[in-house]
Amino acid sequence: MSILIDQNTKVIVQGITGRDGSFHAKQMLEYGTKVVGGVTPGKGGQDVHGIPVFNSVKEAKDKTGCNAAVIYVPAKFAKEAILEDIRNNIPLIICITEGIPVLDMVEVKNELNKSQCRLIGPNCPGLISPGKAKIGIMPGHIHKQGDIGVVSRSGTLTYEVVYNLTINGMGQSSCIGLGGDPIIGTRFVDVLKMFQEDPDTKAIVMVGEIGGGDEQLAAEFIKKHVTKPVVSFIAGRTAPAGKRMGHAGAIISSGDSTAEAKRQMLRDAGVTVIDFPDEIPQALAASLK
Amino acid sequence: MKIHEYQARNIFAEYQIPIAEGDVAQTPQEAINITKKTGYPVVIKAQVLVGGRGKAGGVKVVHHEAELVSEFNRIKALNIKGYSVERILVAKAIDIKKEYYLAVTIDNIKGDVVIIASAEGGVEIEETAKTHPDKIIKFYLQGARELDESRWAPIATSLFSDVRLQKSCTSILQKLIKLFFEKDCSLAEINPFVINGEGNLIAADAKVIFDDNALDRHPEEVAMRDMKYEDADELEAKEKGLSFVKLEGNVGCIVNGAGLAMGTMDAVNLLGGKPANFLDVGGSSNPEKVLNALKIILRNKDVKVILINIFGGITRCDDIANGILTALKQIDIKVPLVIRLTGTNEKEAKALLSAAGMTTFTSMRQAVTEAVKATK
Repeated sequence: MSILIDQNTKVIVQGITGRDGSFHAKQMLEYGTKVVGGVTPGKGGQDVHGIPVFNSVKEAKDKTGCNAAVIYVPAKFAKEAILEDIRNNIPLIICITEGIPVLDMVEVKNELNKSQCRLIGPNCPGLISPGKAKIGIMPGHIHKQGDIGVVSRSGTLTYEVVYNLTINGMGQSSCIGLGGDPIIGTRFVDVLKMFQEDPDTKAIVMVGEIGGGDEQLAAEFIKKHVTKPVVSFIAGRTAPAGKRMGHAGAIISSGDSTAEAKRQMLRDAGVTVIDFPDEIPQALAASLK
Repeated sequence: MKIHEYQARNIFAEYQIPIAEGDVAQTPQEAINITKKTGYPVVIKAQVLVGGRGKAGGVKVVHHEAELVSEFNRIKALNIKGYSVERILVAKAIDIKKEYYLAVTIDNIKGDVVIIASAEGGVEIEETAKTHPDKIIKFYLQGARELDESRWAPIATSLFSDVRLQKSCTSILQKLIKLFFEKDCSLAEINPFVINGEGNLIAADAKVIFDDNALDRHPEEVAMRDMKYEDADELEAKEKGLSFVKLEGNVGCIVNGAGLAMGTMDAVNLLGGKPANFLDVGGSSNPEKVLNALKIILRNKDVKVILINIFGGITRCDDIANGILTALKQIDIKVPLVIRLTGTNEKEAKALLSAAGMTTFTSMRQAVTEAVKATK
């Protein structure tokens, strides 16, 4: 098993006629993901890599029965794209787009709270259940099917972690990139809960970074509810305070949001906190004994 | 994006939030001219975008022209946390009877706009939140962009018992919320929010922070940016689609992705080196970005080695390799390059660089170790 997506997930791609949308639609298809449609207003009737394009999410859902949507539209259209998915009850929405204004996300979050939909991202690499499906932009070939759940706030740092797992023979059940923005749809706690409940996930790798309070909430949750081993890496120990490090949410604004504070809270919750991404396989092996 | 108090005051004025009469001055004569309207005493405040200006002696109440001129000149000569003082706010001194706190901001975890109020103003709200959480009132907008009066009542009545002040507080709060949304703020704060000698509510300070992601729809906000607080290299990097932060060390870093870029800095530090910068070339494969990144890093004369750490995903390693080769033809790089390439099109990239006589690494640890060694 895996969490959130598998070989049966039917995905539509919003912004499929754009450069990124088109490229990644192809990559997802090649990985084996069921990409059943695309949405670009005004371009309905065309096709991209053999995938039918629709004018609206409603039309796409009616014609394809999709149960997931991935968004590659520019930041200024992203709010509307997510809201359109929510209005059409798409259960899983993945937003790759970076740079969405915070107040747009406040509006989105409020609508999400009233719905049954789950949003991953924005500003995220997406998610993958190796061997089954990937939705997003991560390179599929570095992954390997297995029983380690990976959850992260970052993109390439996750690839680094996954690569180290794979070359050491440790496959992954699912890998979720939550996104680098301050307001995101799905947080560590949500995914930790899913991994804890997933019978095929034996251990969890959590990759955090400076800024915000999510790792602290995760530590509290792990202490109370997670019985599976958790290994964590927190990026940004050398980041100066008050400076935004690439991600909109990666900024040390208080003592609690430093890497050291987060590392300590996770350690206190029984998590194995490592210093270097290549130490993860060994730490996992030790904790799985 | 942070702005100065005088700029935030202008926005408050635009929204009819009461502020003390005054203006910003660059010279003592300008300051004297302002006092002709305000009278004495006035408070003069250094306009710097760093905290702790009060402790640094950047705020002073003055009572007559001679004192104004001497204090103005003293503050103008201050260096506050590395920044000289260009402008000084001159405003009518408020006869403060009591200080409160009022702000509109974002609760990231809840993903909601929150009003924060306290009867303990004038101090750091974070301190109050820690020591006396019971003295802080929080009110979530739950998606609303404005509130009807019935919903305000708890905030105004918890701060004030006097009905006239409750009404005045409600009116100011409504304006602050309107401003917050219309200007795409991440913070709109009045601290202290005070009762003056006439018994009226007035903003004794003004703080506004804009959301960087929303600046595209607010050219008027971009125009308020004080370039003095922007690092020229960081701005140039931004224009070229790179994310760059200068640090103190000597290992220049070029990485794809913000998380891995932070992870690389940490690795350099852990293995005994000091990173010279954070640099994320972003997700695209444009070889031009590598060239621009190298140019910016090489301007830092402390840099003794450049570490390029790429995990190819969307970024193709061969594009990065071509970028490096192009850069080597165009610029004279006198420091060693240590290159780590893994992921998409890694083999092609390594072949390209090997043909040019360059070695590459597959492991991040090996590459970082090699880069640190080159600084010793």
